[in-house]
Amino acid sequence: MAKPSPNDRKYTREHEWAKDEGGETITMGITDYAQEMLTDVVYVELPKVGRKVRQAEPFAVVESVKSVSDIFAPVSGEVVEVNQALEAAPEIVNKDAFGEGWIARIRMSHPAELDGLMTAEQYEGHIKVAPR
Amino acid sequence: MKKTPLYERHVALGAAMTEFGGWTMPVQYTGVIDEHKNTRTRAGLFDVCHMGEIDVEGPQALELLQRVMSRNLSGQRVGEMKLSAITNERGGIIDDVTVYRRGREHYMVVTNAATQEGDMAWLLKAKEDFGIAGAVLTDRTDTVGKVDIQGPLAEKILSEIAEGDLPGLRFYHAMETRVGGMNALVSRSGYTGEDGFEVYAQAGRIGEIWDLLMHIGEPYGLKPAGLGARDTLRLEAGMMLFGHEMGETVTPFEVPYGWITDLDKEFIGRAALKKQKEEGVRRKLIGFELVDRGIARQGYSVLAAGEKIGEVTSGTFSPTLGKAIGLAFVPVRFKDPGTEIGIEIRGRRVRARVVALPFYRRRKTGGQ
Repeated sequence: MAKPSPNDRKYTREHEWAKDEGGETITMGITDYAQEMLTDVVYVELPKVGRKVRQAEPFAVVESVKSVSDIFAPVSGEVVEVNQALEAAPEIVNKDAFGEGWIARIRMSHPAELDGLMTAEQYEGHIKVAPR
Repeated sequence: MKKTPLYERHVALGAAMTEFGGWTMPVQYTGVIDEHKNTRTRAGLFDVCHMGEIDVEGPQALELLQRVMSRNLSGQRVGEMKLSAITNERGGIIDDVTVYRRGREHYMVVTNAATQEGDMAWLLKAKEDFGIAGAVLTDRTDTVGKVDIQGPLAEKILSEIAEGDLPGLRFYHAMETRVGGMNALVSRSGYTGEDGFEVYAQAGRIGEIWDLLMHIGEPYGLKPAGLGARDTLRLEAGMMLFGHEMGETVTPFEVPYGWITDLDKEFIGRAALKKQKEEGVRRKLIGFELVDRGIARQGYSVLAAGEKIGEVTSGTFSPTLGKAIGLAFVPVRFKDPGTEIGIEIRGRRVRARVVALPFYRRRKTGGQ
């Protein structure tokens, strides 16, 4: 069973989370539900620091043994930091998707976008009906 | 979409299901890596009821098989199992199959799932074209069930419910026996690179055999394994998969199937293959491992000096080796182990190196 989605962040329909870190910066990753669906994350392709991204643009890749999945930017902005630990230990995404398994930090160019994402409660409702 | 007799069991085990060769099959139960490692270290149980079985019987059974098989089966004894290719007139591979000799005039051809109907039609046509009245073909796919038990503990587990001298059964040999009291054909063989067995029984009874093996195997650490693990296990063992490494435009000499191709006997495709052998093949299937980070997947381009020189046919992350491995076709001058090549992954060139096959070889325990 997937861990409950924390209330301190927002969610996308594509199973990314975005947590407001203040200073118009967010940390993002994939949800516990997403890692559970993927199982066995064996490779994470991180975006380059400094890359400008638009909301919903694929900007990272997570691979399991069987599948290749695009990760979409939850908000527009500039990638200011990436989780380099995932290069050597991609399985951290499976172990702690909401914490140590974060993927990137983005400085938002349109902070209002964050308000438009789903709340934890809305996301929990979304995955109840989302196809496996 | 067809369901195997074990479908309900997979669903009850919480397996993720997928479509494969027209069948709904379990892709994984707990996770590909877990199932893969468990099969390498203990034992895995696989539902392979989707594979096709065709009986070839009668005084001219061998004569028909000799016409369609690349392998020379003239010396095959009762109880022996042989890997063979079926090729078309151009030498292209229609399927790779195993042939069991079950009696003096009784052979069983085991086909891939997606190719079973085509194989049956091909055999019927050959029977017609060559006027071989003394061979009777029967498609048994829906009445034969099959499970594979693979891994270092497979012999111990299966021995508890199989009659006969299982430890004495040699690799690529089969015996007619009883498993859990049910009639079964058991061969020491498989598709994982481990010691193990393929068990054939009536489709209506295969569920009982599955349940018995799951029960008996539990203290040994036997776990069910899905198609995901089956694929990574076979790839580590350097075994090819029809539809990936093989197809109608690929010949046995381009993949490592020259050893099952006998040009000294007459079979469909022989002339084209003889010509190819004399002229030499242009491309070869090779194994590679990535030097840089990333995972190569089927269809990705192989690069050399900025040019596309070939294509990846299978690629994955190897759970045993902890690195990305794959198979690819390349021009023959790139075939030698150690050769540096590139793989294009999402527009980026990633360094790779040709390596000798298999990627993984088990330490010999039983059967050989």
